[in-house]
Amino acid sequence: MSLLSPRPSERLRKGMEQRKGPKSMVRRPRERLNRRGSLETSSGGSGPKRSWLIVLILCCATLATLDQTPVLEPARTAVGEVLSPLETGAAMVARPFTGIPEWFDTRDDLRERLAELEAENSTLRRQVEVTDYGRAKLAEYESITRAAEDLGYALVPARVTAFGPAQTFNRTVTIDAGSAAGIRSDMSVVTGDGLAGRVLRVTKTSATVLLIVDAASVVGGRVGGADTGGKKSGQVGMVRGSGVVAGRSDAGLLTLDLIDQSAAPLKGDTVVTWGDGRAAPYVSGLPIGEVTDTFASVRDSSRTVRIKPYVDFGSLDVVGVVVPNDTLSDRAVVTPEGELR
Amino acid sequence: MSEMDARASGAAPVLRNVLVGMLVVIAVVLQLSVAPAFAIRDITPDLALLVVVAVALTRGGQAGLVTGFAAGVLLDLAPPADHTAGRWALSLLIVGYVASRVRESSNTHNGPGRPNALTVMATVAACSFIGVSIFAVSGLILGEAPLTLLPTVLISVGYDLLLAPLVIPMLLWLIGKGDF
Repeated sequence: MSLLSPRPSERLRKGMEQRKGPKSMVRRPRERLNRRGSLETSSGGSGPKRSWLIVLILCCATLATLDQTPVLEPARTAVGEVLSPLETGAAMVARPFTGIPEWFDTRDDLRERLAELEAENSTLRRQVEVTDYGRAKLAEYESITRAAEDLGYALVPARVTAFGPAQTFNRTVTIDAGSAAGIRSDMSVVTGDGLAGRVLRVTKTSATVLLIVDAASVVGGRVGGADTGGKKSGQVGMVRGSGVVAGRSDAGLLTLDLIDQSAAPLKGDTVVTWGDGRAAPYVSGLPIGEVTDTFASVRDSSRTVRIKPYVDFGSLDVVGVVVPNDTLSDRAVVTPEGELR
Repeated sequence: MSEMDARASGAAPVLRNVLVGMLVVIAVVLQLSVAPAFAIRDITPDLALLVVVAVALTRGGQAGLVTGFAAGVLLDLAPPADHTAGRWALSLLIVGYVASRVRESSNTHNGPGRPNALTVMATVAACSFIGVSIFAVSGLILGEAPLTLLPTVLISVGYDLLLAPLVIPMLLWLIGKGDF
């Protein structure tokens, strides 16, 4: 219709009016939408709209889903960065008031708490008193566990309960594990440092151990490392105890009689047991001690090697008895993997 | 949406939204830092929930929904929280919705103006129960909550009711202040 109007300026104005028309129409629906939001109340307030509810519920579901992945971590960090100082500040400001609930504690409450604390205090004090002993014991057990790992044998841990008196000239000790723990006679006994001895005889709950320092003890020994003559290592001999723990100059030392008389091991060489790994009395590869000196006896043209044992026989406490892997025991067995079974 | 509401009621929209936002943040901060000192059997009052109820009762509509959602998201993400995000958001969203419906029906029956004290208390009780229950049950569904829910929920509702007469009038007054 406006196209039929003769003058272009008029047409323009009409077009502008037409364009203006929809503009005011747009505003009206917005207001109506506003009023419809109030759900038939004329008070100007608006009730909740279902679409918003659904959208926000879906937002919650999205959040929960997103939180299964680490996507939300930056958001958590950001909120934490902002809110943490506020929380700290609020807690600081409110500190005088946060003590208020304590004002309502009764005397009986306080007295009860005092009794509790005193009991706890005495318990803790007792724990502190035995803590050094406990720590030493733990270290011993740990060394046994480590030994089982190093040696590759299963061990039954046991504690030394009695030392044979020196006047019997037998170097024996009693341990608190017996046949019930899977121990048989002739089994090897080790500490975390090395070979200690072998089991002589067993009762149900205890066993007697012959230490390698006993004069009657003979252990097959093999020297590690090359000797002075450039010979191959692995010289084999017999390790004998001196029978003396303290007093003489050779106290606590062992002697090694090498089968090859000409071999001369170096000072500091390690001596380990030899055997077949399963058979008693001694399994192979247990460290015994290190060479301290070598001297030749002119009279019988033999060579004697002195060995300082790794184990301190004066302070034996926790020892391990080498047992077969599938041993049934009434106590925990330390497996070669260093675990308790 | 809130801008339109604000234009309808003739108040500065920015001021009003800032006020509500500040109230939410303050409530969340207080709920996380100060409220644990007043905990009953480790259950703290839900200040954020009270703020959402107050906003929904005063302004209704989408304001209640959005405030609830925002406060919930804040609670979900604020530092000590380690639960799946969205659980508090959903709870407080529903709380905002319920409180908005209460305001709406109160307006149709009693005419415009603030709902009376009894209505407010009933709303707080219902919303607290609904909010804490939704949070707990969603935790149950997601395998994050222990199985004994009812005592916790009841103590929580009781604590919120205890706190409501102290907090809600102040909140209503503050939000009303922002309105005019």
